[in-house]
Amino acid sequence: MFSIFVIPFCLGVLALLVISVIKYYNWIKEFDRKQQTLIRKNILTWKFLPAIWEMFRECLLHWRITKHNALLGYMHRSLAFGWFLLIVVGFVQALVAYPNGHQFYVGIFFNYFEPHYPVSHSPALPFIANLMDALLLYVFSGLTLAIVKKFWSKPLGMKRTTRHNLTDRIAKAALWSIFPARLLAEGATSALYGNGGFLVVAMGRLMQAVGLTSTVLEYNLWTFYSLALGVFFTLMPFTRYMHIFTEVFLVYFRQLGLRDSDSKSGYTMFELSACSRCGICIDGCPINRELGVTDIQGVYLLQAIRNKDLRNRAESIANMCMVCGRCSAECPVGIDLEPVRRQVRTEYAKGIDHPEGFQYLKSLHHFNALGRVAYFGGCMSHLTPGITQAMEQIFQAAGQSYWFMDQEGSVCCGRPLLQQGLVRQAQALRDRNKSMLKKSNATMLVTSCPICYQSFTKDYRLDIPVMHHSQYIDMLLKNGKIKVERSDMRVTYHDPCELGRGCGVYDEPRHVVAATATLLPTQEEREKSLCCGFNLGNTSIDSEQQVLIRDAALRNLLEPNPDMIATACPMCKKAMTRANNTPVSDIAEIIANQLIEK
Amino acid sequence: MKKIAILGAGPAGIEAAAVLAANNCPVTLFEKEAQPLCNITDKAFLFPNFADANEVAASLRAKLDNPNITLRCSTEVTQLTPSYIAGFQEESLTGTPVWKVNEELYDIVLLATGYTPFDAHRKEELGYGIYPGVHTSLEMEKMIKEGNIVNSLGEKPKRIVFLQCVGSRDEKSGNHYCSKLCCVTAVKQAIEVKKQLPDCEAYVFYMDLRMWGQGFEEMYRTAQQEYGVSFVRGRISEAGGTFDGRVQIKAEDTLLGRPLKMTSDLLVLMVGMEASKGTRELATQCRICGEYGFAQSKDPHLHDCQSEAPGLFVAGACKRPMTLTDSVNDGRSAAYEILTSL
Repeated sequence: MFSIFVIPFCLGVLALLVISVIKYYNWIKEFDRKQQTLIRKNILTWKFLPAIWEMFRECLLHWRITKHNALLGYMHRSLAFGWFLLIVVGFVQALVAYPNGHQFYVGIFFNYFEPHYPVSHSPALPFIANLMDALLLYVFSGLTLAIVKKFWSKPLGMKRTTRHNLTDRIAKAALWSIFPARLLAEGATSALYGNGGFLVVAMGRLMQAVGLTSTVLEYNLWTFYSLALGVFFTLMPFTRYMHIFTEVFLVYFRQLGLRDSDSKSGYTMFELSACSRCGICIDGCPINRELGVTDIQGVYLLQAIRNKDLRNRAESIANMCMVCGRCSAECPVGIDLEPVRRQVRTEYAKGIDHPEGFQYLKSLHHFNALGRVAYFGGCMSHLTPGITQAMEQIFQAAGQSYWFMDQEGSVCCGRPLLQQGLVRQAQALRDRNKSMLKKSNATMLVTSCPICYQSFTKDYRLDIPVMHHSQYIDMLLKNGKIKVERSDMRVTYHDPCELGRGCGVYDEPRHVVAATATLLPTQEEREKSLCCGFNLGNTSIDSEQQVLIRDAALRNLLEPNPDMIATACPMCKKAMTRANNTPVSDIAEIIANQLIEK
Repeated sequence: MKKIAILGAGPAGIEAAAVLAANNCPVTLFEKEAQPLCNITDKAFLFPNFADANEVAASLRAKLDNPNITLRCSTEVTQLTPSYIAGFQEESLTGTPVWKVNEELYDIVLLATGYTPFDAHRKEELGYGIYPGVHTSLEMEKMIKEGNIVNSLGEKPKRIVFLQCVGSRDEKSGNHYCSKLCCVTAVKQAIEVKKQLPDCEAYVFYMDLRMWGQGFEEMYRTAQQEYGVSFVRGRISEAGGTFDGRVQIKAEDTLLGRPLKMTSDLLVLMVGMEASKGTRELATQCRICGEYGFAQSKDPHLHDCQSEAPGLFVAGACKRPMTLTDSVNDGRSAAYEILTSL
């Protein structure tokens, strides 16, 4: 069974296979030591089981997208899962029809070969033909939605869609023409021989009715179908459609425990290609929502890194970001965009990253810890002394002896430098704090700043527990170590990005607020909370732009008309206090004000 | 005879009322506080000539002693709308719009609702309201006036630090403008401190000193040469408390290019001027609210006392930060504009 028209398809498949294998091989070679160790350690474990489940759920069913918007999820699912089933059922169809073996392309062009060659008349065939047509119809429904989305994306839950480059658009045209071409080619065959399922037969009758019954036309249509497939497969490794296979690998590696490292590694390469450029990251981004800047979101960052010729663009994109984490929280592929941004920043910060700049650290004296709990206010809490004062009151009320480790001669936790890509300088600060903690014999660390909290939990690897003060106060309240008086205040709570999306701490601060006041829900909270605009992550933004982002967050918080806004981050507090007349308090201050003396 | 309302019995409002009354125009002067001129009577001495603030206020208040002036203290105006916005029909005979002031109707309104000092709580890093040694310039003025400059323990301070530009020229608090009179006020207060406590050190931290007015530069020089006040160029980034109730500040001396730490008995925050609540609300109601909540005049050069709204005039610090001298002059100009329009 052969015909010349299958050649473009076969060449396309060959090109796809060869290029993909080379790419994947190179990327796997680029894994750093830690990633290699993790693969060796975990490859022979049961971790492949959850990986397979996640591949099925995300690569085929697109579950995370469905949660974002049901219609958008249906669109992606019908294209991915529908096409996947078309290939699988097509293969089964060929297997049933030619039990003695057949070439691999027969399943793809089955209807063409079926009337020309002797066929085993299995009773299952008409059923499979109808099933294939139903699947094609399923894919068509998704294709229709995709076309609707191109012109009117709002019903699919997207205000803005991605701007694609030329290769992407050619590949998209090829992809979109594959399925109509297939139906036309099958219809032309059916017009001659009357084969196929319900849809194809209907198409064939229609073509008969308008006089399109010719073997030349049939052949040309099949050639067009094969060409569309060939072009798409050849372009695939160079376009966003590379995500189709790469996401499968990414899911697997992630399940094996691999994560991004400080510099670009093989894992990053998989992330870059696993991005489908769906553009879901654009709508939630505060820089888009409030400033109308629509070319710096995750999708464009990854694109700019991939197209190495645009490196300067990558740097400016990487800098213009609040690092609020909203994009990573919404990314259907689960790409962690923050480390990727940091890698680009690191690349460009090399020129100023001199460890000699931190000589003064040696001259700082550390204080011995008097108690068991070390308290680290953080630089930002020093600018909001109401918070550190409240924490000292709370420690005293709980009868907890504590060591205020950065009261004098404070050393930054290092995370703001790390966010700017200054890896070595951040390390110098971390080393200093770590040795101070070690000498102090403290058995627990409490910090008031979510940035420090994220740093101490993720970057330090301390051997003592670390708590954000919201968790610590919640614990004190639950254990009855402190008691608070209830007030009739109505309060909305602002989730700080670093505490919420950064560390997943959403409930404890809410418990703390609810212990003394009435907590009002807001429209956009928890994973969807809005950035306060003054995050240290973005150094290219100007203060008027920061104000726009902050005001949006404030509108959300003031909408239920609260008596007070509560937050758990000194930076968010500062940002919002400057702006409005409603009082803004840290949860520690709220508790300290309501303490009942024992 | 047209009915004239003046909102705010500060220097601008009183001066305008006096001029109008002298020209046989009856005016009603509204004041939300119980007394007129509250923003002057809380001061000790006035720059640049150290005139006694009480005497200046008394001279201004004396101008109210005119049968044409009806002063209504403790009366806050919350509603100010013209007929063409509010949609009522009682137009005056000349066809010009009528203004509704609270529930009364007036033909002409002069907005002289003034300023309010910047709330220093909004700069929490400077520790106002948290550390007992941190005061605003207004509280310092009160201590000077009472001749009772003391630190948080009630003792005579050995060192006082003044910080300029708190809530002015500050992008982060949203006020990009210069409040114009804090520079010279700090110089004046530093001299007062030195007069009362010759052994106390006085430091002024500044971004740049704007000694724009007559006699200001001379005062600045006198402060350094005769009183030994030290001027440090640099902003204070944060303040902290010490165990003995004093204030520790962190700053950068940008002329020496060095960070510095200093402990002081008192930290005085030179708070800037913001549009007062009345200015903000009333300017918004009659649609002449400009930048930062200040009232917007028709044109800053030639029609600075008129507004885009017919029959509504503006004078004094409700338009922008203004000194006492400027406010009095501006009230007088507004009165002239009103007389011309009659």
